Amino acid sequence: MRGRLALVRKTIMLKISKLTKHYGSGDPVLKELDLTVEGDQLTSVIGSSGAGKSTLLRCINRLVEPTSGSIDLNGTEFTTLNRRELRAARRRIGMVFQGFNLIDRLTVMENVQSGRLGYISTWSALTRRYPRDDIRHAYELMERVGIAHYANKRADELSGGERQRVGVVRALMQRPEILLADEPTASLDPKTSEQIMSLLRDLASELKLPVIINIHNVTEAKEYSDRIVGMRYGRIIFDDLPEKLTTAEMDEIYAGVPAMDRAAVGASVGAGA
Amino acid sequence: MSGAKDCWRKPPFIANPVLRYGLYGAVLIYFVATLATLPIDWDRVADGMTRAQRIFNGAFPPNFERSGLLIDGFLESLKIAILATVGGVALSVPLAFMAAGNIAIKPVYFLGRAIIIVARSFHPVIVAIIFVKAVGFGPFAGALTLVVYSIGFVAKLLAERIEEIDFGQVEAMRSAGAGFIATLVYAVLPQIMPRLVGLGIYQLDSNLRASAVVGIVGAGGIGATLANAFGRYDYDFALAITMVIVGVILISEAVSGFVRKRIA
Amino acid sequence: MMSTQPLQDTLDHWSRFTLRQRLMRYGGLALTLLLVGWALGSIDVIWEWVWDSPRQMGDLFGRMMPPDPSNLPSILEAIWQTVNIATLATMVAVVVSLPVAYISAQNTTPNRVALWIGRFILVSSRSVNTIIWALLFVAIFGPGIVAGIVAIMFRSIGFLGKLLGEAIEEIDHKPVEALEACGASRFKIVLYAIVPQVMPAFFAVAILRWDINLRESTVLGLVGAGGIGMILQGAIDTFNWPEVSMVLLTILALVVFGEVVSSYLRKKIL
Ligand SMILES: Nc1ncnc2c1ncn2[C@@H]1O[C@H](COP(=O)(O)OP(=O)(O)OP(=O)(O)O)[C@@H](O)[C@H]1O
Ligand SMILES: [Mg+2]
Repeated sequence: MRGRLALVRKTIMLKISKLTKHYGSGDPVLKELDLTVEGDQLTSVIGSSGAGKSTLLRCINRLVEPTSGSIDLNGTEFTTLNRRELRAARRRIGMVFQGFNLIDRLTVMENVQSGRLGYISTWSALTRRYPRDDIRHAYELMERVGIAHYANKRADELSGGERQRVGVVRALMQRPEILLADEPTASLDPKTSEQIMSLLRDLASELKLPVIINIHNVTEAKEYSDRIVGMRYGRIIFDDLPEKLTTAEMDEIYAGVPAMDRAAVGASVGAGA
Repeated sequence: MSGAKDCWRKPPFIANPVLRYGLYGAVLIYFVATLATLPIDWDRVADGMTRAQRIFNGAFPPNFERSGLLIDGFLESLKIAILATVGGVALSVPLAFMAAGNIAIKPVYFLGRAIIIVARSFHPVIVAIIFVKAVGFGPFAGALTLVVYSIGFVAKLLAERIEEIDFGQVEAMRSAGAGFIATLVYAVLPQIMPRLVGLGIYQLDSNLRASAVVGIVGAGGIGATLANAFGRYDYDFALAITMVIVGVILISEAVSGFVRKRIA
Repeated sequence: MMSTQPLQDTLDHWSRFTLRQRLMRYGGLALTLLLVGWALGSIDVIWEWVWDSPRQMGDLFGRMMPPDPSNLPSILEAIWQTVNIATLATMVAVVVSLPVAYISAQNTTPNRVALWIGRFILVSSRSVNTIIWALLFVAIFGPGIVAGIVAIMFRSIGFLGKLLGEAIEEIDHKPVEALEACGASRFKIVLYAIVPQVMPAFFAVAILRWDINLRESTVLGLVGAGGIGMILQGAIDTFNWPEVSMVLLTILALVVFGEVVSSYLRKKIL
């Protein structure tokens, strides 16, 4: 196996082992996949379309039900939780989406506070009377990402970059232990995209928060990440520091025929790169 | 702005507080006043419950013995609906041209709109009562009613369609020296034809529904059969008729939806 | 559309399609003519009456002119009652239709049983006409405005529930997913991700139904369920044609008023 990152931090945050996912009866989209993410690193997952990046991320908080395997976040085994326990556990995982997934007709503040819905009472959710601590926290985070003056604006009045900042703040409002981002910059222009990437990187170190990002832009991935994971049709074939990602390895990651790769269970795809 | 801000209120829908609370107050007063003055006579309701009980007991099981009468009533409703649809659509075409702002001159336009508004404003049951008084009981009054009903809907939507036609073809015809009628027939009619057919099919379905109702006030069809059964306390037969009406309405809705999807 | 016709004729392998299309058109026309012929031939009308009808209608119209406003105060009171029936019934129906819409939308229904219950409620409410509901409720509540309100309400639930259910089915699922990922409960997800999205449809549908109900309420009185229809029926029964025309004019004004108000509200809220 390739040189894993040295364990510089003691706390192991997220440990995925032997994760397998079948959609329906076809070949597995994820095949006995192992991945450990720790500390405050920003990890980028790259790979061609259909490699299973989104599936991997969504399996972590079980938006997609894994077929088998284990997902452990700071000692909590996610795969065996019942619905109620899962709801409670999901508060500990923040998620940022490619399409922002905001509620257009609500204000920025309501969108941001919706990250706290797992914590607050139904009454204060209904009346929009949020706890003081949450409002203070929201203003701090919004100030940090530069959208505090938009608190009363409707979400659909903002630009893409601003909307994604709202998405990030909503996720951070959960006070998550880990942040997942599925192509957070794919709907943004290059400049805004870089701003969001550097924001995510800075937040990772400021908040001591591990961040996993699915991303197609390899240049950005190399510039902003501490670690790059390369996926090819259901398995990880590269996992190392950004500067170790060579052209040859990139070719390897973006090569392959989906059907053949997926069918080749157990075969060491890409091992002889 | 400081980081210590810990208070937030959702901006209200109506910014002016006087207006806002005034509106809330007005709505509240309206409700309390109208609800409080509702003349609900609870003794009468209790009484009515036993009566409803009797109706239900009388209605179950539904009685299909006189299915001949039922079928006749239905066929009559169907005939009324078909004739009214054809007549209504035929009248709607000239009316729609009259009521299309881009084709008709102003006075004609206003006349066309006025006719459509009047046709739309009166519930078919009211129209039916008037026609029953004017031309006597029976399917003819029903057909006239539904012609009016069809005009209100078809002519309105058709006029809207005409107002958004492509004027390029009209101008091409005009420049070729065609007369007004020829222009309408060759340049406008083909453009609105699909819409007209779609509206006609939809209206046939609506008319079939409505014909069940206008019959209650004497305008023929299955509604008349239903009203007779109800009047003679034949609740089991009335339930049978109602069930068949519901069934036919569901079928006709499905068929009309399917046909419109196919030709669209 | 016209310009493609000659093109299709010149292309050989397209002609089959065109032929089929043409057959369908002629078939449709023939079918229509056949149906009309059947209906005309067998409908049970006395044709002398039909030929006489323009004169009869002119006669009736003559008797209606001029409208007689002497009874205007009670007409206006009945109109007010009609407005109340429509408004109260719409409000109550809107509230009741919310849970029905929720359980009969594919994407929010808790389970299949609830889905079918919801659909059954919608279909039975929608397929029974207001007048028939009114007949039933007049029997229960006795003649008067209450029976009218309940009848309009029962008919509206199906309409509102169906359109709201469709609005729920059309929502964007992404915010829902985002809130699921936050660990929010089902009810809070409905509150934050679904309610705001269906809000515009909710108001549009409620206003539309209010407008329709205004019209429907005008006929309730004919079966004894309150409103302006009572006065209309009375005037017709006593052959008081000038008053009938007065009532008809008032109804016309009411409906136009309803359309103005509803289009104003639509603009204001949406
Ligand atoms: N809900 C689903 N049902 C069935 N198959 C699915 C579903 N979601 C994803 N797949 C399949 O799983 C495979 C991996 O999809 P996934 O979305 O994880 O890829 P990805 O790496 O995120 O691709 P992209 O870069 O385009 O986002 C694809 O072949 C896709 O068709
Ligand atoms: Mg993806």
